[in-house]
Amino acid sequence: MNWINILIQGGLLGGFYALFAIGLSMSFGIMRLVNIAHGDLIVLAAYVGMVATWYTGLDPFLSLVIVVPVMFALGYTLQRGLLNQTLSGGLLPPLLVTFGISIIIQNGLLQGFGAYDHRLQEGAIETASLRLPGGLSIGVYPLVVFAVALFAIASLQLLFYRTRLGRAFRAVSDDSDTAELMGIDNRKLYALALGIAMIFTAIAGVLFGIRTIFAPSAGPIRLILAFEAVIIGGLGSMWGTLIGGMVLGVAQAIGAAVDPTWQILAGHLAFLAILIVRPSGLFPRTRD
Amino acid sequence: MESVRVERGTKASRIFAICALPLVAALIAMPWWSDPGDMRLVGEMAYFLALAQLWNLLAGYAGLVSVGQQAYVGLGGYALFYMTGPLNMNVYWALLLAGPFAGLMAIPVSFAVFRLRGAYFAIGTWVVSEVFALSASLIAVLGAGSGLSLTPAILRQISPDRAGRDTMLYLMTLACSALVFAIVYLLLRSRHGLALTAIRDSEPASASLGVNTFRTKFIIYIVTAACTGLIGGLIFLQKLRISPEAGFSINDWTVVVIFMVVIGGIGTLEGPFVGMLVFIILRELLADYGTYYLILLGLIAIAVMLKAPSGIWGWVVQRYDVQLFPVGRRLAPIPSKDAKDVVLSPQPGP
Repeated sequence: MNWINILIQGGLLGGFYALFAIGLSMSFGIMRLVNIAHGDLIVLAAYVGMVATWYTGLDPFLSLVIVVPVMFALGYTLQRGLLNQTLSGGLLPPLLVTFGISIIIQNGLLQGFGAYDHRLQEGAIETASLRLPGGLSIGVYPLVVFAVALFAIASLQLLFYRTRLGRAFRAVSDDSDTAELMGIDNRKLYALALGIAMIFTAIAGVLFGIRTIFAPSAGPIRLILAFEAVIIGGLGSMWGTLIGGMVLGVAQAIGAAVDPTWQILAGHLAFLAILIVRPSGLFPRTRD
Repeated sequence: MESVRVERGTKASRIFAICALPLVAALIAMPWWSDPGDMRLVGEMAYFLALAQLWNLLAGYAGLVSVGQQAYVGLGGYALFYMTGPLNMNVYWALLLAGPFAGLMAIPVSFAVFRLRGAYFAIGTWVVSEVFALSASLIAVLGAGSGLSLTPAILRQISPDRAGRDTMLYLMTLACSALVFAIVYLLLRSRHGLALTAIRDSEPASASLGVNTFRTKFIIYIVTAACTGLIGGLIFLQKLRISPEAGFSINDWTVVVIFMVVIGGIGTLEGPFVGMLVFIILRELLADYGTYYLILLGLIAIAVMLKAPSGIWGWVVQRYDVQLFPVGRRLAPIPSKDAKDVVLSPQPGP
């Protein structure tokens, strides 16, 4: 069945977009930070993974042992040293500072690695597929990515709703002033939040680098896709972000089935349509 | 008996206006005393200044932080190329219509993006611009992915020879940028400007005092789109070629423009001038070092945002209280016999 195939492929693609979106959704949900550099940080993670595989000979999956701590440290320092200073003055400061970071990362990568396409090689898993009854075939790699996205969201839900740290995150998200009065050090907590968000960004970056070629200019479109998934799903809801990613993926798959060049456009149009009908997304939890 | 009058100008602005006259005259006369290279640079400064003024009007006054203004640069450019090429229209008519076309397209766009606030609005405008870029790359009559070029016949409508064309294009750029600046300046001095300044300072407060914030923002958005479209048409008239990536480039037409406004001073009319000069000087100085000027520009923008959020011009105003393009209203005492005991000092600020 062609339609079932489109739904399955689109849904699996959505897992990928959800993975892109988790870091953005977290920083947006907890500190209302609009991180314009998010897409570039995903691409940066892919480059860190590439350099790690060069120097250690590790395969890309294992390079996460290096990429994750590097990105965590980067996220923590960025928030502690720079972004915390932007959070009190309205929309413009965080937007512009992360715009600046985005330009610095893009052009830094351009100077360091050139404008060429790179790719992380993971071997047979990239092309392996499962045959299902009814003539369907599902790529093993998209399935793995989807499983990682499910696992990532489930573990974040556990963190948010079953731990002291998670309670603190929810408290600053609901009312940062009151949370501070209750003895929470917001600045430290925000730094930790971006650090944790960057763990997922690191995973997303490496998995992205295995799936497709990447270049220094690949960031902005990842940001848009991640943002669309977050907004379609509704702010502050992680499972909503997954659904948002899947809606986006299915819309793209339908567009691509009509004509391959329509894939991205179909996703954007679905996003705009949903925004017009439901400006706060499908499953909003946090009030902006 | 109160004896005050409302002043719209300042001493600095009157002195500046007189000093600026010879400079403007020199710029207009540039084709007769300078070379094409410098003229192109000044033309570029003029259109970047116009884009910066327009973004400043949107974000600095109306609070509409759009990162999708490249949509209207591209639309204006494509409108010009489509009207002169497939529609066979005269190039001046096409340029004249490019702006209104972009403004017209902005109306349905505003219905979608005006449902969004803050960051949503910003990214929403970006997505809209991507939709235009992707659509242009799918439409065959617009040259699809590879875009359109201006034919020599179209260029001969401007002037039969290269030098005449350079002169005409330069003067047109200067005139259009001056027009855009005049529109922004007069708009800000008008009733709408007062409403806008109120919205800039506090949207809920201005709404509670009877400012129709939605209508004011809507008007600003459409006017800005139309002016951006005109400048877009002009930019690509000089570049001779347009493609989806070049026309709807966020880095070229929005990011650097935002940096200019922020570095110069957002929410002032002088700021975009200062920021544009900083950008051009940095780029010319660092031309041999690849993209390092963009990295430096990013660093400066971050530093300005964190350490002096009102920008270079904001710092100047704080220190010296000068306004070269006053848009506010000040109360000044009228020296009169009846009002000897009323002491009024001029109020600073807008």
